[in-house]
This record gives sequence, structure tokens and C-alpha cells, in this order.
Amino acid sequence: MAEAEPIIRVRGLVNRFGAQVIHEGLDLDVRRGEILGVVGGSGTGKSVLMRSIIGLQHPAEGEITVFGESMIDRDEEEAKHVRRRWGVLFQGGALFSTLTVAENVQVPIREFYPGIDQELQDEIAAYKISMSGLPADAGAKYPSELSGGMRKRSGIARALALDPELLFLDEPTAGLDPIGAAAFDQLILELRDALGLTVFLITHDLDTLHAICDRVAVIADRKVVAAAPIAELMKLDHEWIQEYFNGPRGRTAAHIAEREEAAI
Amino acid sequence: MTATADFIAREADGRCVLRFAGNLTLLRIRKLSEQLENLEADEVVVDLTEVDRMDTVGAWLVHKLQRDHKATVVGATEDQQTLIDHVANADQPMKVRREPQPAFEQMVAELGAATQTAMRTMVGLLGFFGALAISIANVIRHPRRFRYNAVVTRFDVVGVRALGIIGLMSFLVGIVIAQQGAVQLRQFGAEIYTINLIGRSAVKELGVLMTAIMVAGRSGSAFAAQIGSMKLNEEVDAMRTIGVSPMEALVFPRVLATVLMMPLLGFYAAIMAIIGGGIFTWMSLDIAPITFVQRIREVVPATDLWQSLIKAPVFGLIISTAGCYQGLQVKGNAEEVGLRTTTAVVQGIFMVIVLDAFFAVFFTSVGWI
Repeated sequence: MAEAEPIIRVRGLVNRFGAQVIHEGLDLDVRRGEILGVVGGSGTGKSVLMRSIIGLQHPAEGEITVFGESMIDRDEEEAKHVRRRWGVLFQGGALFSTLTVAENVQVPIREFYPGIDQELQDEIAAYKISMSGLPADAGAKYPSELSGGMRKRSGIARALALDPELLFLDEPTAGLDPIGAAAFDQLILELRDALGLTVFLITHDLDTLHAICDRVAVIADRKVVAAAPIAELMKLDHEWIQEYFNGPRGRTAAHIAEREEAAI
Repeated sequence: MTATADFIAREADGRCVLRFAGNLTLLRIRKLSEQLENLEADEVVVDLTEVDRMDTVGAWLVHKLQRDHKATVVGATEDQQTLIDHVANADQPMKVRREPQPAFEQMVAELGAATQTAMRTMVGLLGFFGALAISIANVIRHPRRFRYNAVVTRFDVVGVRALGIIGLMSFLVGIVIAQQGAVQLRQFGAEIYTINLIGRSAVKELGVLMTAIMVAGRSGSAFAAQIGSMKLNEEVDAMRTIGVSPMEALVFPRVLATVLMMPLLGFYAAIMAIIGGGIFTWMSLDIAPITFVQRIREVVPATDLWQSLIKAPVFGLIISTAGCYQGLQVKGNAEEVGLRTTTAVVQGIFMVIVLDAFFAVFFTSVGWI
């Protein structure tokens, strides 16, 4: 699998906001079928990296290819074909506040595959919503009637609407209770296995990193300093990585992960 | 055909074999579901041997065949089977639509809701005035809590920055009045009375009324939108928990600034209208500016000015309270901010005009004609 063409390829990415340099010569590969965790201190540009890849942020320099197609300066019509192959979950859910949850899920379906009859659309929305772990009455509710965690799950349901090959998740478990977060980790694993999803996951949740990530990319000093499985990262001699994974919280999460593995 | 999921159905003595091929995905689902709609068979077998790729929608289709036709599935790979099981697990009763209401019931409900809203707004506004009065009293008792910076910023935004647009508007209104008045009065050879028309209408009514409308559009709406988005962002709640009263920090500076700026802007608008009218009379009626000014001083009584100076702060109070009140009522979503902003402007202008009518009757009855 390692030799296969990466699904996302970032080379020499430079992002600046005024005089502030966020990324400087950042390289990253995301391989097909893997769950890649992206970590880094606050303000190191994790979200900016994601926004650059999905085309919401125009980088100052560098090249980005997704599914083997360059994403820089793409024509809007052409970019659409790439866009239907990925799903994005934003940090706050970013649900359309004037639509119900079910209508939110149906928006991408309607946009890309017009003409599917309403009954089938409703069925699709219903099973996606329930797959995301929402209760039975959630579909007809408006985002403002939902709690933060439920909003996040609705966002996931919308991101999954088109059965994407590639899923971008920006801090998906932040704000979820531990039970919900664990269930969500499980959901991603199952979907990855069943659908062959590739997942680009920004997170601070050490439990999630240990539980589901195949590799973890660490952003520090304006570039990706390492991208490897956690076990390998922990052996690296980098101050921030050591502090992150071998700090008190990192160690606890690692212990739990070990114990779970032993139990299996 | 590998790209599609066309299926071959073979039927023999009530048994139906659906042999799917290619991709069983969302792309093909429309055609497939139409084809499968009228499927009638006692026994259905779904053969997935030749399916290359299946997504959850394809799995849903298979699951539906299992559910509705008791279909047996053969030839599914392990992954495909997991996916079908996964989707089957997710097949829970789910409410997707809101219950529709009968049209008549809905009409009655909307009427009732509108009445309720109107009543609640009245009571709410009254309460809001009360809260405002209390916070003013508090600020007077503790002058340290008075927010000079906030008030001065509002002076700038509400007053200084409005000078350009209000000046231009009043100037043009002055020209229009002069021009229309002159045309009518010329028929009686009474062109000179154009000056009375300009002077009195500008000072007494138009200056302050046009200013009120402009301020409602510029500042009343801004108040509602600003406070509304702060409310959505939970900034107002954060303020409360820190012990800062939103009435003192947000509402009072805005109301005070508007109340103080309205008379100044109204007077300025009246002067600009008179200048506009004066230029028109000079150009087209050949009345020299010096004569125009003298005549204005003769025909416009001081009471006209007092009237507008009394009305202006009241209008300012109404506009800013409507804006702030509507802003604080925002809850839920971004659409609400827009709705409340519109309501703030409409309410503000409407109440200003109603009150202006009352003022007109009142001032006439006390002899300020």
C-alpha cells in the first residue's frame, strides 16, 4: 500500500497571513485507505492546511494534488468533480441553520445528483442520520434545536451524504462526551473498513489518535516534522513530540490503548 | 458494462434472480430504484458476484430488497456484507419531516402567533424601557460605571459618519421642495412664498423626520445586527456572567448617543435643506441669497425650531430602543438576525411617524402653529 499513489499530495506549501508565516515548505502525503491524524499546537495551522487542501484557502506557494489532480487555481466547474468525492466536517458542524438536519444531509445529494425522488432522498437521509448515531426525532429538527454534540453528528451525516472516498474531519470529537467520542471513533473505523474511506483527521484527542489513526502527522516549526505511526513517533527525538505523546495525558491514553489491545 | 449497475432479472416460477453488475452506487441509484419499484416476486435472490464497488446507497438498496421482499443475498464479499449489515442497523424509524398542518389550522395558528408576538413586543418594550431607566439610574448613582469610550465611539458612528449622507439627502430634498413649490405658487404669482414653504417645512418637519428615517436605516439596523450577533455568539451571556450588565454596556451608550445626536443631525439636516432650497430660488427665481436669508428669518418662528428640537431626542430614543430591543431578542440562527434587523427598522420608522402625528396635533393645540 505504501507504494501506491498518495490520495493527497502536498509539496512545498507556503501560507502567509500578512507578515505571519503559517506554513513554510510543508510536505505531506496521505495514502489511500489510511486514517491520518494531524496534530500540532494551537495556531500551527492545522485547519489552514485542511482549508488549503480543500481549496478554501489560496496558498502563497506550493502544489497540492488530490486524487492525482492539482487543486491550485482550479476552474470552479472542474473542481466540482473532485468535490463530490470528498466530505468535510467543519469544527462547529457548519450546518445550514435554516434547514432541518435531514434537509442538510440532502443538500449535497440534490446538488450533485438531481432527480432522485424525494422518498428515496428521505430514506437515504434517514439511514445516514441514524448511522451517525442521532436519535429518531433528530431528522426533522433545526440545528438550533440540537446540542453541540448532536450538531457535530449531523455534520458527519452531511459529510457522509455522498459516500465520499475521502473524509476531512476537523476536531470531530471535541465537545463530545467520552462515550460519544469512543462511538464516533468506532464509526470512523467501521466506515473506513466497509467503504474504503481515507480519512484526514485533525484532532487533539489523544484517545482518538491511539484508537484509530494509522499514521500521525505532526506539524511544528511551520512544516510536517514527522508522519509515522504513533509507536515510531514516540521514539523520535523531537521536543514537542516527546512532550505531546509522553506528557501525562499522552501516557494515560497510551496505557489505555495498550490495555484495550491486550484485552482483545 | 462495468461502470453501471444494470441488472439482469431472471424469473422462473415466481422466483426472481437480480444479478447486479458493475458499480452499485449513488450515481446509478435513480434508475435502479425506478426499475425495482414494481418488482413482484415470491422469492427474490440478489446476486452481487459481479459488483465491483458498492457504497452505502447501494447497500441500502440491497437492504430494502431484503426487508421488503425477503430477498436472499448471494455472492457478497465480506466488506459488502459488513456494509449491508451496517446500513441494516441504521434502518431505524426516523422522523425526517415536520408534521404538516392543515391550511386552515395553520392560518389560525399564524394569526394567533402574530397577535401573541405583537402583545409580547409591547409588554417587552415596556419592560425594556423600565430596565433602561433602572440602568440609567444605576449609572447616575455610580458615575464610574459610565462608559465614556463606548458613548464617544457611538457619537462618531451615529453622528459624525452620518453627516455626509444626511447632508446630501436634505440638500436634495430642499431643492425638490423649492422646485415643486415654485411651480405651484407661480400660478398665483406667489413665488416669493416658496421661501416660507422651504423654511417652515424644513425646520418644523422634514429635517428631523428625514433624519430619523436615515438614522433608523443606518444605526437602528446596525444596533439590532450587532447586538443580535453578539447574542448568537453568547457574548451577551458571557458579559452577564462577568457581571457586566448588557443594558449598561451595550444598550445605554447606544441610546444615549442616538438621543444626543438626533437633535444635532436634525438641525443640520434642516439647514442643508434650506441651503438647497436657497440655491434653487437663487438660480431659477432670481432671489438673491441675502434676501432669501432675511426672508427665512422673518417667516420661520422660533417655535418651529423648538418643535423639532423637542421631537428629535424622542425619535432618537424610539429608534435606538427598537434596535437594541430587537437585537437582544435574537435567538437561534443567523436568519433571525436578519429578521430582527428588519423589524427594528420597520418598527422604528413606523413609531416615529405615528408619534410625529401626535406631536403635530399637540403643538397646534398649544398654539405653536
